[in-house]
Amino acid sequence: MISDSGESGFKKLNTINRRMFILSAAKAVVFFGIVGRLFSLQINENKKYLTLSDKNRLRESRLPPVRGEFIDFFGETIAGNLRVYQLHVVPEQVENFKYLMVRLKDILNFDNKKLSKLIKKKNKQKPWETLVISENLTWDEFSKINFYLHELSGAKPVISVGRSYPYSESYTHILGYVSQVSTEDLINNEVIKDRNVPGLRVGKSGLEKKFENELIGTNSIQRYEVNAYGKRINQIDHVEGKKGKNIKLTIDTEVQNLTRELLQNKAGSISVMDIYTGEIIAMNSAPSFDPNLFLYGIDEKKWKQIKKDPLKPLINKTLSGLYSPGSTIKPLVALSALENDVINPNMIVKCEGKIEMYGHTYHCWKKKGHGHMKLSNAIKQSCDTYFYEVARLLGVDRLNLTAKKFGLGEKVLGNYYSNEKAGIVPSTKWKKENIGQNWYLGETFITGIGQGYIQTNPLQLCLMTAQLANGGFKIFPKIVFDKNQETVEQIKYKMLKSAEAKKEDESNFAKVKDELLKSKIKQYSPLYNNSENVKFVLDAMFRSTNEIYGTSYASRIDNPKYQFAGKTGTSQVKKITEKERELDLAIEKIPYKQRDHAWFIAFGPYKDPRYAVTVLVEHGGSGGKTAAPIAKKLIKYVIDRHDLREEYRKINLKS
Amino acid sequence: MRHASYSNQLTFFQKLRSIDYLLLFCIILIGIASWFAMYSTDGGEILYHTRSHVIRFSIFFVMMIILSFVNIKIWYSSAYFFYFITLLLLFWASLYGITASGSKRWINLYFLNLQPSELMKIAIIVCFAKYYNRMQVVSANKLKNLLFPLLILILPIFLVVSQPDLGTSILIALSGLIVLWLAGINIKYFIYSTLVFIISAPFIISFLKPYQKLRILTFFNPDKDPLGAGYQIIQSKIAVGSGGLYGKGFLKGTQGYLEFLPEKHTDFIFTLFSEEFGFIGSVVILLIYAVIIIRILRIGSLSRSYFGRLFCYGFASAIFIYIFVNMSMVLGLLPIVGSPLPIMSYGGSSMLATMIGFAIVMSTKIYHNQFIT
Repeated sequence: MISDSGESGFKKLNTINRRMFILSAAKAVVFFGIVGRLFSLQINENKKYLTLSDKNRLRESRLPPVRGEFIDFFGETIAGNLRVYQLHVVPEQVENFKYLMVRLKDILNFDNKKLSKLIKKKNKQKPWETLVISENLTWDEFSKINFYLHELSGAKPVISVGRSYPYSESYTHILGYVSQVSTEDLINNEVIKDRNVPGLRVGKSGLEKKFENELIGTNSIQRYEVNAYGKRINQIDHVEGKKGKNIKLTIDTEVQNLTRELLQNKAGSISVMDIYTGEIIAMNSAPSFDPNLFLYGIDEKKWKQIKKDPLKPLINKTLSGLYSPGSTIKPLVALSALENDVINPNMIVKCEGKIEMYGHTYHCWKKKGHGHMKLSNAIKQSCDTYFYEVARLLGVDRLNLTAKKFGLGEKVLGNYYSNEKAGIVPSTKWKKENIGQNWYLGETFITGIGQGYIQTNPLQLCLMTAQLANGGFKIFPKIVFDKNQETVEQIKYKMLKSAEAKKEDESNFAKVKDELLKSKIKQYSPLYNNSENVKFVLDAMFRSTNEIYGTSYASRIDNPKYQFAGKTGTSQVKKITEKERELDLAIEKIPYKQRDHAWFIAFGPYKDPRYAVTVLVEHGGSGGKTAAPIAKKLIKYVIDRHDLREEYRKINLKS
Repeated sequence: MRHASYSNQLTFFQKLRSIDYLLLFCIILIGIASWFAMYSTDGGEILYHTRSHVIRFSIFFVMMIILSFVNIKIWYSSAYFFYFITLLLLFWASLYGITASGSKRWINLYFLNLQPSELMKIAIIVCFAKYYNRMQVVSANKLKNLLFPLLILILPIFLVVSQPDLGTSILIALSGLIVLWLAGINIKYFIYSTLVFIISAPFIISFLKPYQKLRILTFFNPDKDPLGAGYQIIQSKIAVGSGGLYGKGFLKGTQGYLEFLPEKHTDFIFTLFSEEFGFIGSVVILLIYAVIIIRILRIGSLSRSYFGRLFCYGFASAIFIYIFVNMSMVLGLLPIVGSPLPIMSYGGSSMLATMIGFAIVMSTKIYHNQFIT
């Protein structure tokens, strides 16, 4: 047909060929268009799509970091990591979830409440996400699960890490505790925010909180591939995280445990300090609570019980408790008076049990009176009348300067504990600024016996005692072991040098005084004007404990190895009315809240002092009867452990 | 008519020699590429898809070679019958067909679920080739002579749209229209009908199923609903784009292996291939397809029969359109409409139809001297 159809046949052939040619040209254009598109996707935008493809398939799972440990001076772990036996279930991998739950309920003895809680939790999450059935199984339960494992398809016994405080209550107020991360933690701490994963526990108070960033460690990271439905296909790599830093404290666990025993069934505080290095050897506040309770979230009932306890276990009394120092302030008042040359140690005051001044009656604790007293005896027998007179001559402002120099009214461990309270050392200026009234002379009298506005925390008194006992030199208390800690010999040498330097500077008196007025007093520099005055006060404290009629004579130790010096204190918590004074009730008959606080400050051994001690028993009555016997046991034990401690000091400094 | 008598006396060996071996070779190459791709979709194992794809390819390939020896005259004389049977099957499918994913488009033949709409893609070309074989261009443009082709085109399109299968019906329409244009139908008719189509478009859209409307909408903005309807386009682009120059390597395509790719066996097989073999692999595939198309055009241009020439041109253009629509779809250039990639995609009916088309092309080659009057 084509060959013999003539013109029309050619026309037809022409048309189809021409149109096919046009079409082919169009196809070529489209062909290159598609190649161009492939080029732009695969070559130009390759990186973008490669990233998107990786984002599709790769998932990261961060595991909780391993927290650094706290160890004591002797290398004992006091906050460690515990193997925790847990039971996990991935619902997706369980054939029959209900059956499994019923079996587990039998084996682990859950109640129905826990069961329904677990089922609720399971329904909330994705089927491939791990459901934690139990965070903390006992070894028995764990081995039981392993025994029945063949019947429990889908159950996964897991060994995980938790925080453990082996000495439970002993260290609570020093270390604080850890618990699950809260929203506040995330807002306040970038590091926590960065490392946060479910199950992470962070410090909530104390040193656990203070050193959070060093303790926390870094997460282990697991990278794995998932499919389009989010199911894990395989693990690609595993980056092991770094364990947090271990922190070594200056505390001696044995002493710390003793303080806990000594304060059993009492409310109070004990601190023990090395008077040269400033190392805190024990620091306790009673009552305490078990920090292990917070690890998995404390239950409501127990929390309420702790919170509502009238003895206030949640408050660290050593740092946050403020009390009138009572008679324990007397050595300082005496020192201040001697330093300022307002009295002569031989000044005699006759104590008749009370004294009338400017129309008010001021009582001595001894109703009958002490008779004729000199300064040393007045400290020894804690004669209030004598100190009213000293205070009157000294004035509150000069006392204020001395007290501040020795560390009162200033935070001792403020760098470590945000909850420490500075206390109050009053002055005329202070009263004007804070209360807006003029200072009354009567207030000076009671300040002289540690009552009235003056308020201190127990650790401040311990520091004051230490700084008196070391001969009157400035030290900075520490609770974290310092690798560069100087030896006691070096410290003593430095103290000697600075004392000599001071003597040479005596001519330039004004300058020294200026320096002392500044709150930044250099370490190991003298706090006194005349070292004889310090010696006088220490001697009086010795007599108070070791001579008959001394207020703590009953608690003395004659063995020179342990012989110590101390000062009692009995601080009133309320004004005593004339009627009550007449009655002079036995302590058992006074309501608990109205009983006096019992204080005792001490240092020992007297021949070559090394340790300072403060004991406070809230509402314990008389310092001599309640606090001093505690201090006696404590000092003996601390001195017994002295040689061992020095041995470990050498080991610690080497390592 | 010396030529005619000569061609009628071809010996078997002469016929065998005239087979287009380059075309055959290219088909085998695409076939092998598709085996690899299918093996990869099965996750590197010979599972159901790989096995049945290889078996189908082998059977239909042998069938194609056998059918190649059928004289082109027989194809010519049975063209209307082929079309009519396919139309009947379409009716059958819409009445008694198997419903899958909301669409009634398969007939159960026990060894194969036949999709008549795929066969219709070829049948319509054969039918038009016969219709215009003897017709002059002038009479073809007469209105009364336009009615028959219009009816032939609209009937199957209507049936396929109502299944509903928008993709296939568009492909049928496009291949039909191209054949009409090649046959010499005046361009003004196309312009008129395009205008009519545009005017009636809103009306047609109101007939679309909601999911079809959504597909068209998401094409224009796939990121709007990345986990919903736009998911396929996004994941497909990620797969292709992440392939890069050399690809991620055979069996290493994460998008496919981790099931981010939708319908990876069928419409998105090229995506998977492209992810694993990269730009180079993709261009090689495209070039093989280009050789196939050019080869078919060449065979058409050598044919002494108008029927053979129009069929070859039409079939080559249709294959081109299938490839173009499929690739544009997976590369995010066109909305997602169901359209398989010839030979590569899993699917018996599409494979069968394509092989029949190749068989007719081969027959045109072998009997290229045959006149059809």
